[in-house]
Amino acid sequence: MQDECLLKLRGIEKSFPGVRALHNVDFTLRKGEIHALMGENGAGKSTLIKILTGVYQMDAGSITIEGESVNIHSPQDAQNKGISTVYQEITLCPNLTVAENMYIGREKSSWVKQKEYETKADEILKSLGIPARSSQQLGSCSLAVQQMVAIARAVDMNCKVLILDEPTSSLDDKEVNMLFSLMRDLKSKGVGIIFVTHFLEQVYEVSDRITVLRNGEFVGEYLTKELPQVQLVAKMMGKELDELNSLSDAEDREEGVGEVLYEAEGLSSTETNPFDFKIRRGEVNGFTGLLGSGRSESVRAIFGADKVNSGKVKINGKPVKITKPIDAMKNGIGYLAEDRKRDGIIPDLSVRENIILALQVMNGFFKPISRSESEAFADEYIKALNIKTASAETPVGSLSGGNQQKVILARWLLTHPDYLILDEPTRGIDVGTKLEIQKLVLKLAKEDVSVTFISSEVEEMLRTCSRLIVMRDRHIVGELKGADLNQAQVMKTIAGGEA
Amino acid sequence: MRRFSKVVALALVLVMALSLCACGAGGKKAGGKITVGVVNNPPSESGYREANVKDMESVFSEANGYELKAFYSIKNDEQLQAAQGFITEGVDYLLISAAETTGWDEVLKKAKEAGIKVYLFDRMIDVDQSLYEAAVVSDMAKEGETAVNWLLDQKLPEYNVIHIQGAMGSDAQIGRTGALDAQFAAGTMKKVVQQTATWDEAEAKKIVESVINSGEDFNVIYAENDGMAKGAVAALDEAGITHGVDGKVVVMGFDCNKWALRELLAKAWNYDGQCSPFQAQIISDLIKSGNAPSSKIIINEEKGFDATTLTQSDIDTYGLGE
Amino acid sequence: MKENKKRFLKGGLGQLTIPVIAVALLVIFNLIRDPGFFSISITHNNYGNAVLAGNLISIINGASELAILAIGMTLVTAATKGQDISVGAAAAIAGSVFVKVLKSASSISVGTVILAFLCAAVVAMLFGAFNGTLVAVFGIQPMIATLILYTCGRSIAYWINGGATPTVESPIISAIGSFAPGIPIPMPVIIVIVVTILFKLLFHFTSLEILTQSVGINQSAARLNGINTTFIKLLSFILLGVCVAVSGCIGVSRLGLINHETLLLDVEMDAILAVAIGGNSLGGGKFKISGSIIGAYVIQMLTITLYAMKVSSTDVKAYKAIVIVLLVVIGSPVVKQRFQKFMGNLKKGKSETKGVEGA
Repeated sequence: MQDECLLKLRGIEKSFPGVRALHNVDFTLRKGEIHALMGENGAGKSTLIKILTGVYQMDAGSITIEGESVNIHSPQDAQNKGISTVYQEITLCPNLTVAENMYIGREKSSWVKQKEYETKADEILKSLGIPARSSQQLGSCSLAVQQMVAIARAVDMNCKVLILDEPTSSLDDKEVNMLFSLMRDLKSKGVGIIFVTHFLEQVYEVSDRITVLRNGEFVGEYLTKELPQVQLVAKMMGKELDELNSLSDAEDREEGVGEVLYEAEGLSSTETNPFDFKIRRGEVNGFTGLLGSGRSESVRAIFGADKVNSGKVKINGKPVKITKPIDAMKNGIGYLAEDRKRDGIIPDLSVRENIILALQVMNGFFKPISRSESEAFADEYIKALNIKTASAETPVGSLSGGNQQKVILARWLLTHPDYLILDEPTRGIDVGTKLEIQKLVLKLAKEDVSVTFISSEVEEMLRTCSRLIVMRDRHIVGELKGADLNQAQVMKTIAGGEA
Repeated sequence: MRRFSKVVALALVLVMALSLCACGAGGKKAGGKITVGVVNNPPSESGYREANVKDMESVFSEANGYELKAFYSIKNDEQLQAAQGFITEGVDYLLISAAETTGWDEVLKKAKEAGIKVYLFDRMIDVDQSLYEAAVVSDMAKEGETAVNWLLDQKLPEYNVIHIQGAMGSDAQIGRTGALDAQFAAGTMKKVVQQTATWDEAEAKKIVESVINSGEDFNVIYAENDGMAKGAVAALDEAGITHGVDGKVVVMGFDCNKWALRELLAKAWNYDGQCSPFQAQIISDLIKSGNAPSSKIIINEEKGFDATTLTQSDIDTYGLGE
Repeated sequence: MKENKKRFLKGGLGQLTIPVIAVALLVIFNLIRDPGFFSISITHNNYGNAVLAGNLISIINGASELAILAIGMTLVTAATKGQDISVGAAAAIAGSVFVKVLKSASSISVGTVILAFLCAAVVAMLFGAFNGTLVAVFGIQPMIATLILYTCGRSIAYWINGGATPTVESPIISAIGSFAPGIPIPMPVIIVIVVTILFKLLFHFTSLEILTQSVGINQSAARLNGINTTFIKLLSFILLGVCVAVSGCIGVSRLGLINHETLLLDVEMDAILAVAIGGNSLGGGKFKISGSIIGAYVIQMLTITLYAMKVSSTDVKAYKAIVIVLLVVIGSPVVKQRFQKFMGNLKKGKSETKGVEGA
């Protein structure tokens, strides 16, 4: 048992000005295991990983690698000691070739000839079953392959500990499976893998052991097969899950009884094929389908986010023209974009400024919202949505993902939309916030707001939507409601298993 | 809005294109006249150059029996190509004010082979003297000497000089600084401050302001061009210091812009040194006489104007610009 | 408000730390060198007006054009993540138009001066719109887009002037560029104050500030929040055009002369520097106009200090460069982080020693 132990962290402490990020945290990684590190946002996962990779220095505690006590001073140092990390955002250079990416910044003294390392790279890619050629430009590979190249680079550097930080969040199911088989392959070669993710199913699919952190403290280490999913969530949240269950009761929802609010006929943008769509007042519907099926592109067309090519749009039965976001906003439509970092937050601006932004734009250039007014708005929504921030003047970029998402939600709620489009509002945020957002959606619907809700977690949509529009290859292939609203039927429709 | 901005963009592009075209020039072919090819810097370079170009155009006119072909550029390689072109066209005379002093050997040799006589004006070139007939140039050092000698003739009880220099390393700066530096070295004049304003009026004003603020005494401003003298005077005016004839501070400038000479006439300044752009007549005389000049280097006679003796007709004759 | 004050006392000046420290250091340095450096006296100028004089006045007065340009440059930087390098050339054009209109009038009255300024402003705004169109509509990198006008602007000014360096003589013009009768403060300084107030009012009565910052920080998100990003970028260039016209006209009025070659020569680099010294990121986003204005005064104070020290003319630029490199490096995120870490350690060390003493 003892000799299997690869990495041992004991009593790790880390504080930042005003915050205790980690307190007495233990973590143990054995040879040839996949170890999931779980916790809600702000639980201390990132901090722990940054200490392991030398980005931060711990205040107290000990780290041993293969029984030898070490200090990790810098990311370079961590790499030398056999600890490699692959991040959610690819940190390689897309305009270099795969081989160049694998060897860049590594050759110490001798200049390895290009051909030479292309051959070497090809060997490694082949041995790991990664579908890429070494001479190919990295940018031309899919995101999953890019990630795998990053892993291959780490493996080739003789890493003993491989940290995968949210590696699957931008991959589709097939790509996730590819990644998992690579992970299992590495595991069989004796590499210890630390796997950080938000996807519970994935944890159960691939990991051997789970360590749970909560509020910077160590909750416990468990064998995956001995810990039921519900209990895992309970340990992460620190409370029992009555709430979760109460939500799924909402089965008496029917397709909205109100009149039709929004209606599109033959709507298409540069990114979609023409489609018809309507939504009633107080209705919650969803778009589902695999990544790239066109579900996000469709709602972007509704909002005028991409260039609209054709289509007749009516709101409350009156024809309107929506070609750009401001048109949609003036017609009472709000849109929370899929990519929070790219299309949502203005990171350097304060929480307050981020909250009032959309309302300010709608008010117009010559009607600025006064400071006191905006402070009142910000305070109201920080309270209403329980946004955790030091103050309204904190830059939104320094909040955790879930709280950033709440800020953007607040931004659109403040415009009092009739129709709110939420594209992946729960992606990459902790379970607690997910629940809050789902509850909020249902509350809005009760207040007669129409909501389109998109999530890659079908279960979430089943809990909130009364109607699901299923897409495949940029076409609507089905519409499910009532009794058809179940996981099996959704999967069948997505896969085209009907007929 | 969008369409409007595109129209604006187009209009601006047209304006720019026109302004660039304005620098070009052409000539007509006529029989029985002396053809002269002039390679010069563009008139936009300075007021000096503008007067220089006008002088060339008026002296080598059809009325005087010439056909003028001119090319203007501040780039040496473009000038070289143009000169080459004039040789191929078979001009009778080639007049050059080069952008750079080097690179001209080949072209001048070809001109000689083709029997074309070459005159340099305003600027020298680093080639063997046999390759050109004569060079008509200003002697900047002499300009400085003339000015400093004039200053010594004023017999001031003491000389506390603010010396405002042009762009460091330019011919005009080196020439006009030399004579004054000699006086500083000899101790006949006291250097209160010596700074470059790189021909910038506003900078000159700041330099003088800083001396005034320091409370140091001075009674001469020696600015290496008119613009900087004007800047210096603006600083004096703001500080309530009198200047010019009967004033506390003697003001000296160079270049003889008309507006500067008018300041002299109003006795607000004391001295303006000429930097003559008028070389065309000297060259024309040489061409018409048919004789080889006695010396390869001909120094263009340059005057210095004193506010007490300047007349309106001097301004009309020698003043540059308007 | 209260909270603001608290934060101000606690966290220092934030973005303004570096420019304020720079000013303080220059002041202290000069006071040690010459205790009377900043003394202000009242003299009578050659037109019989009682006016203020002294190095402090020279600094504030001399930096006027730069300060005004820095305001506009800050906006362009914030909205487009790039800088306009054509402001000097555009100012020469504006100045030329100003002089051209004045000279075409039979006599110069306040009315003709206003008309001339409006013409200059319109032309400068059109050129601003030209730059803005290249950047906002065609997506060209600002420095590259403005390189066009940087290269040909002074030729255009020459073309407007019809060669040479036209002069205008008028008491109104010299009042604008120097002192107005009865007002002991230089007119350019008053113009800076007026322009600053106008911009503050613009920020107060429009949502320009938050819109500009949003576009500069995250253009994609700004667009999806309904902001017309093209308009905002274009507007920043047009507003810079106004600033260019004002400083061009001040520059011309100082001496009653337009020299298209030297008017505000190299001012674009100083204006960009002023923005940087003011603690604004040259990568766009959040900005503080006041920082840039202080930055402009820092640069001018540095120049005047060097003149007062009679630093040899050829060395002035080198010294200036050294000081500016220091300022920019001190203001860089790397140094800031190190400094914070150092202060943190210092505090920790202190409390630890205290602890030991207590035990």
